[in-house]
Amino acid sequence: MSVRVFLVDDHALFRAGVRAELDSITDEVEVVGEAGSVGEAVAGINHHKPDVVLLDVHMPDGGGAEVLRQIRASKQEVVFLALSVSDAAEDVINVIRAGARGYVTKTISSQELVKAVVRVSEGDAVFSPRLAGFVLDAFADRPGAAPISDPELDLLTPRERDVLRLLARGYAYKEIASELFISVKTVETHVSSVLRKTQLSNRYELSRWATDRRLV
Amino acid sequence: MRRRRSGRVVAGVAGGLADHLGAPVFWVRAVFALLTAISGVGIAAYALLWMFVQQQPVTEAEPVTDRREWQQAVGLAALGLGIAVFTGLLANTASAWITGPIAVALVGAAVVWREADEAQRRRWTDGALSRGRAGIVRAVAGALLVGVGIAAFLLNNISFDVLPGALVAVVATLIGVAVLTVPLWMRLVRDLGEERTKRIRTEERAEIAAHLHDSVLQTLALIQKQAESSREVKRLARSQERELRSWLYGREVGEQPQTISLAIAQACAEVEDDFAIAVPQVVVGDCELEDGLFALVQAAREAMVNAAKHAGVSEVSVYAEVEPEKVTVFVRDRGKGFDPDAVPEDRHGLSGSIRGRMDRHGGEVRLRTALGEGTEVQLEMPRKTEART
Repeated sequence: MSVRVFLVDDHALFRAGVRAELDSITDEVEVVGEAGSVGEAVAGINHHKPDVVLLDVHMPDGGGAEVLRQIRASKQEVVFLALSVSDAAEDVINVIRAGARGYVTKTISSQELVKAVVRVSEGDAVFSPRLAGFVLDAFADRPGAAPISDPELDLLTPRERDVLRLLARGYAYKEIASELFISVKTVETHVSSVLRKTQLSNRYELSRWATDRRLV
Repeated sequence: MRRRRSGRVVAGVAGGLADHLGAPVFWVRAVFALLTAISGVGIAAYALLWMFVQQQPVTEAEPVTDRREWQQAVGLAALGLGIAVFTGLLANTASAWITGPIAVALVGAAVVWREADEAQRRRWTDGALSRGRAGIVRAVAGALLVGVGIAAFLLNNISFDVLPGALVAVVATLIGVAVLTVPLWMRLVRDLGEERTKRIRTEERAEIAAHLHDSVLQTLALIQKQAESSREVKRLARSQERELRSWLYGREVGEQPQTISLAIAQACAEVEDDFAIAVPQVVVGDCELEDGLFALVQAAREAMVNAAKHAGVSEVSVYAEVEPEKVTVFVRDRGKGFDPDAVPEDRHGLSGSIRGRMDRHGGEVRLRTALGEGTEVQLEMPRKTEART
């Protein structure tokens, strides 16, 4: 069965492009609807009940994070994959902390996008190399870092660090698995765990880091 | 805080204050009445708030004042004034000859100020400055009342033998004019502020427009001209994207980079421009650029150039990590790969500019490649100074 996808982006041209790409290259995903504003998106998602929402980060009226908040408040079973031109640390970390299962940039190839959609629909996380770099940086132990209140959430395990490093180096899950002599499933588990920590950790560092470091 | 536009009795001060404090308007009015009863403080407070608090902007619906509430408010005001006069008489501190004229002058000022509020509202709704005849009549009547009040006060309380009459008259006129023109001054000050914010906004806009014109529009024009060469279009788009991003996020361009992340970004940008490939980079951590690290960046740049020349790919990815004791850089492509042992001796790319550079500064080079499996160059350089936080 194909994954049902809903597109949210305020640029109609971009929506049309993604829709055409996804429809033409594969049967694995099917675009069931699209929306150009926060209001339309919430109504459309509630109506179509898609499996995955491809979400633009920058939109008027609160952007992707606002859609995430409203849909999560209505307790819908749907996963979000953020898709944006922005590579600013602030945007990336904020949309992940608002509940997105992954973050990819709009320059991603169609095949990679399909893979990412399928992966999040199966409950896994999708980290672009840059997102992996951000998370590594945000969790880094540097002198003068904030104290750790909850080691379970505030620290990455050495293994998780290894996986993130390889993700940041542009390795695919399969390549990471063979590099670290573990199964792809284990790689997925590590990445999901990192995602959970990124979303839930209250470490002061994380939010301050994102605003401090306005990287491009 | 904003003065109320609807349901006001005099100027909407009590209503606005009630909205601001979240208290019932009745209690606010009662407090004003009570303060007025105590030697007239309430009137002064009301007048000051009237002057310095702006009215609510006009909204479509302006509900009519509730009649009962209106009567209540007038009753409270009368009560407050009555008690003030009464206590004043009892204490015998103020004779009717003083309070009477002042009261007349105050009523006059209130009429004029209220008219100014009306004028502002009309300006908002119609965008016009026209006052209408009734408005002029009210303003003139108010001004007359003020004048009469001040004159009566002077005639009764000042003996002209003591002070020269002309001086007194001038001072009195000045006071009258000052009181009457308060709304005008307030409006001038506010308009000036608005004018300034507007001007700043326009200047910012002009600056953005100028920048977009010099960069983005020029590039788009170039792209249209070069439309046949997809390689050139990509190169232009990529370099413009980079430039726009660094402008948007306030990163310095074109200067000698001071930190390793900027140096790597610059090296990647140069390779992108020279070879029309994409070089996405991820840098974790950052630190000052010291000698060894400068060599590291140069070596990494050489590795990128090699990949761009020989691997036959459109993308080379770069990852750098700054740790307290060392900096590691990975340059990776998914291209042809090669057999390191089969590289002829005279090809100095890897041995000379990469290995040589790294060796001189105590760094290490590792190479992972095989035919058909892409290439990854790993560069590691120890650090001298402590990590920057």
